[in-house]
Formats: sequence, C-alpha cells, structure tokens
Amino acid sequence: MAALAGLAPAPPAAATPPAARRGARWTPYLLLAPGLLWLLLFFVLPLVLLVTTSLSEPVPGGEVGATQPAFRVANYTEALADYWPWFVRSVGYGLLATVLALLIGYPLAYAIAVRARARPLVQQLLLVAVVAPFFTSFVLRTIAWRQVLADESLVVSALKALAVLPDDARLTATPLAVVAGLTYNFIPFMALPIYASLERLDPRLLEAGRDLYAGPVTTFATVTLPLSLPGVVAGTLLTFIPATGDYVNAALLGGPGSAMVGNVIDSRFFRVVDYPTAAALSFLLMALILGLVALYVRRAGTEDLL
Amino acid sequence: MSAGQVLAGAAAAEHVTSGRPGGPARRSWRHRAGDWLLPAFAGLALVYLLVPIAYTFAFSFNDAGRSNLVWRGFTLDNWRDPCGAPAVCSAVVTSLQVGVLATVLATAMGTLVALALVRHRFRFRATTNLLVFLPMATPEVVLGASLLAQFLNLRVSPGFWPVVAAHTMFCLSFVVVTVKARVASLDPRLEEAAADLYASPLQAFWRVTLPLLAPGIAAAALLSFALSFDDFIITNFNSGATDTFPKFVYVAATRGIPAQANVIGSAMFLAILAVVVVARIVTARRRRA
Repeated sequence: MAALAGLAPAPPAAATPPAARRGARWTPYLLLAPGLLWLLLFFVLPLVLLVTTSLSEPVPGGEVGATQPAFRVANYTEALADYWPWFVRSVGYGLLATVLALLIGYPLAYAIAVRARARPLVQQLLLVAVVAPFFTSFVLRTIAWRQVLADESLVVSALKALAVLPDDARLTATPLAVVAGLTYNFIPFMALPIYASLERLDPRLLEAGRDLYAGPVTTFATVTLPLSLPGVVAGTLLTFIPATGDYVNAALLGGPGSAMVGNVIDSRFFRVVDYPTAAALSFLLMALILGLVALYVRRAGTEDLL
Repeated sequence: MSAGQVLAGAAAAEHVTSGRPGGPARRSWRHRAGDWLLPAFAGLALVYLLVPIAYTFAFSFNDAGRSNLVWRGFTLDNWRDPCGAPAVCSAVVTSLQVGVLATVLATAMGTLVALALVRHRFRFRATTNLLVFLPMATPEVVLGASLLAQFLNLRVSPGFWPVVAAHTMFCLSFVVVTVKARVASLDPRLEEAAADLYASPLQAFWRVTLPLLAPGIAAAALLSFALSFDDFIITNFNSGATDTFPKFVYVAATRGIPAQANVIGSAMFLAILAVVVVARIVTARRRRA
C-alpha cells in the first residue's frame, strides 16, 4: 500500500522553511501537538512497554499469561537459542523475495516508464494494472494463490499433465510457495518507486549515450541504472521490511517447515500465551531488520550498490 | 488487446518518432529481440499480478455451498445476496467504520504535522521527522505486538477502539509524507497576498491554504482508508473478538471462505478500478494537451 504514495506527483525540489513566519511562536507546537501525542501514545509508549514485557517473568503460581516486572535478559538469550533458525529463514525469504521482486519489477517499471513514454494513455493504464492488486484485500489475494496452487487445482493438474511437475509434487506448504507469495505481494512496492525515478529520467541523456556510440547495454549500465538507483533503494526497502516481518504468506501458503519469525510471535502471543518470549522475539526482529536496513542505506548512500 | 501488445505498439511508435540515424535496416538482431522481449516480460509480470484477482472474481460466481474450493457451476446468487453469509457483511461494516474513523483522525492530525514541518522552524524538527518515519520502517508484526503489550499492561481489552487507535497511528505517517509534498509545492506568497489583503491568519488558512492543499489531503485520505481497510496483521493483534473484513477472511480460510467474500472483494476491486481508470485517463489527457 505504501507504494501508492509513489503514484503521487513528484514533490518539487525540497523547499527550505521560510525564515521566521508571521504569527505566534507557539503555532508550530500547536500544529504538532495532536499528531505527535498520538504517536507517543500509540507508537513510542507501546515500544517501551514491549521492552519491559520482554524483560518480565511469569508470576510464580499465577494464572496463565500473568507476568511481573523483572530484568530477565535470559528471555532474549533463550529466544535466540530456541528460534534462531526462524530468524535465518525470515531474513532468507525476505532477501529472496526482494531480489525476485527487483528482477521482475525493474523490467516492468522500465517498460512502462521508458518504452510506453510516447503514449500517456497506455502508460497510465499499465500503471493502474500494477496497482490493481491493491484494490482488493491482501488476505483474499493470498488465499486465492493458495487455491490456484492447491493439489487438485487446474494449474497444478496442467503442469503435471505436461510433465513439468512430477505426479507426486506439491506446490502448497512448500518454501517455494511462501517465497512466490511474498514476491507477488511486494512487486508493486518495488515497481512503483523505480517507475517514479525512471519516469523523471531525461530521454536526451539516453540519446546522448547513443550519440557517443554506447550500445544499449552500456547506455543502460552507465546512464539508466545509476540514475534509477534511488528508486531501487526505496523499492528494496519497501519490500524487504514488510516481507521479512510478514507471517500471512507463511501461514496461508507454507507448512510447518517454512514458518517465519512472525508466525512464532503470533503463536507465542495467542496460543502459548507466553508474553515475555513473544515480546523479546518482536524486539529482536525489529532490531535485526533496522540493523540490516541501516547497513544497506549507509552503503547505498556512499557508493553504488551493485 | 493484451498488455504485451500494447507495450509493443508503444515501443514501435517510439522508434518511428525518434528517427534514429541509420534507420531500422542497420539495427542488429539484438535490438530487435530487445524490442519484443521486454514487453513480453512485462506482460507476463502483469499476468502474475492479476492471476489471483481473476481467480477471486471467477469464484465469486461459483455455486459453492459452504466451502468455495472447487468449481461447482455458475450462479449469480452470491452477487444477488452478498449478505447471504451474515458474518461477511458485519465484518465489512466494521472495516468501513474503522476505516472512516482512522482516516478522519489521521488526515486531520497528519495535515497539521505536515504544515508545521514544511512551514515552520522549531526545535526537535529532526526528531519529529524521525518519529514520523519510524512507524513506516517498523515491521507490522512488531507494531501489532507492541500495541498488544501496551493494552495488556494498561488492562485495556482489545476490540474496536484499540483497532481504531492503532490504524490512526500507522496511517498518520503516510498522511504526513503525502501532504508534506503538496505543502512544499505551495507558493507561500499566496498566503502573504491574502495577509496583505487584510485576511486574518485563520481566514487565510481557510480561504487560501486549505483549498490549495485539498488534492494532497484527498490523496492522503484515500491512502489512509485503503491502508486501514486492508490491514490484517496489526488488526489481528488488537481486535479481540471484533472482526474486520481481512480478519474474517483469514479466520474463515481454515474452514472455507463463503463465496460472498469473493463478491465483496470483486465489487471493491471493480469500484476502485472504475474510479482510478477515469482519474488516470484524465491525467493522460491533461499531460498530452
């Protein structure tokens, strides 16, 4: 959904705030107060309470789910020791889905932004097709995939009849289905920012490349790709963060062998009612993702990524 | 006409108009392969994106009975009576209520924050920007889990209002980002002109600033509503016994989803598609003019 914002017209060059505006000095604070208060109450405070919950311990002899404040760092070490394979799997699936979404989303964005440039109407309609999945529910689409890939479905029977798949093969409840579902869900998030940066690309730069006897491959590698990198960075972030934290695809398309950290957090909260472990896992997931993103952004900011 | 053909046509048109020196005769086979390879690939990618939608639409006409898994024949009954499975409709109503409330709250507060960020200098500007950005960079499962931890700690039981609070929170950041772009493109001299014509700051805001910001605010509101209506993960952590549409579908998935859910999903799809296609055609016309 975030990618819809990419469809909005590009903001003009950042305007610096005009110096000392007329009006009272407290005006900005009044404007900010309700929004920031909301974020403090429903974003910052919850994160603080998540950390305190993650360090708490069960009340001895208390009812299920009752905890008392403590400083039990062992919640973290135990969570890591028990669940590190789930973290590896989440990051692995997230990375794989990001790379696949890039491999599919980049050519798609390029075709729409550059090839269809001469026909604005075609271009606009193709963009609508890219965001069309957003027009219906994410959960409903993922369930549709499950049924398309189900054992007795048309697609699977056809693939078996054509001997592309062996007779006893299954597509659901496999890691392949989970990664395919994640890729599917996040292609628009990848394609839209790339489209936005390619759309702004001056075609005369490409002509200049040709005039200087660069082949299409050289022109792409030295002109198009570097200029579209901001879109690639935005797209990979918009894909990697939600894909790694997702558990709906793993729950609906995967099996027990392809569960992700999100699935563990969900079941620790609701089935096992073990709040400290669930909170510790959530905090670890956030730290892991933010750490990887910070590394990536630093690298993307200083030098080319490829 | 398939998307691939459309693209191929667009590509051909581009080559005719660009008039490369040397003409088509000197073009190598590699160029020609590139001309159709890319549109074909893009066409396949679009098919991949549209398969589940086509499936959902097709199975909204299935004479399904209780579980909509296997094709049992064509019927219009589901479309005639979308509330035939009562839980579907009440879940949709809940989703609409949450969506409207969260959109109104997030759009109002987010617009004010965007105005402050672009138009004013104040202490903690950088911190405010970071605070607005962070919820967008936090995985949903962490947002959901932390809100649940909060509601448990404060002994607030999950349900309708916690979901509204949570949705308002994550929509807020998207509103700020969307409206900020619009505020930055406004000419501040227009407001100064209003002031010179003896408008009070409040009058200038209502008569000049707000109407100029309207398209950005409308875009932000639509985005908020879409985000809220489609959210599952955060809702699932904070809704308790309250069912929104995505949550209803997810829970029903284990025992079979009624075909009415497909009807709602398809109707929603068609309605938004109609609005967006018209808007895009208008944009294309304007750009061509």
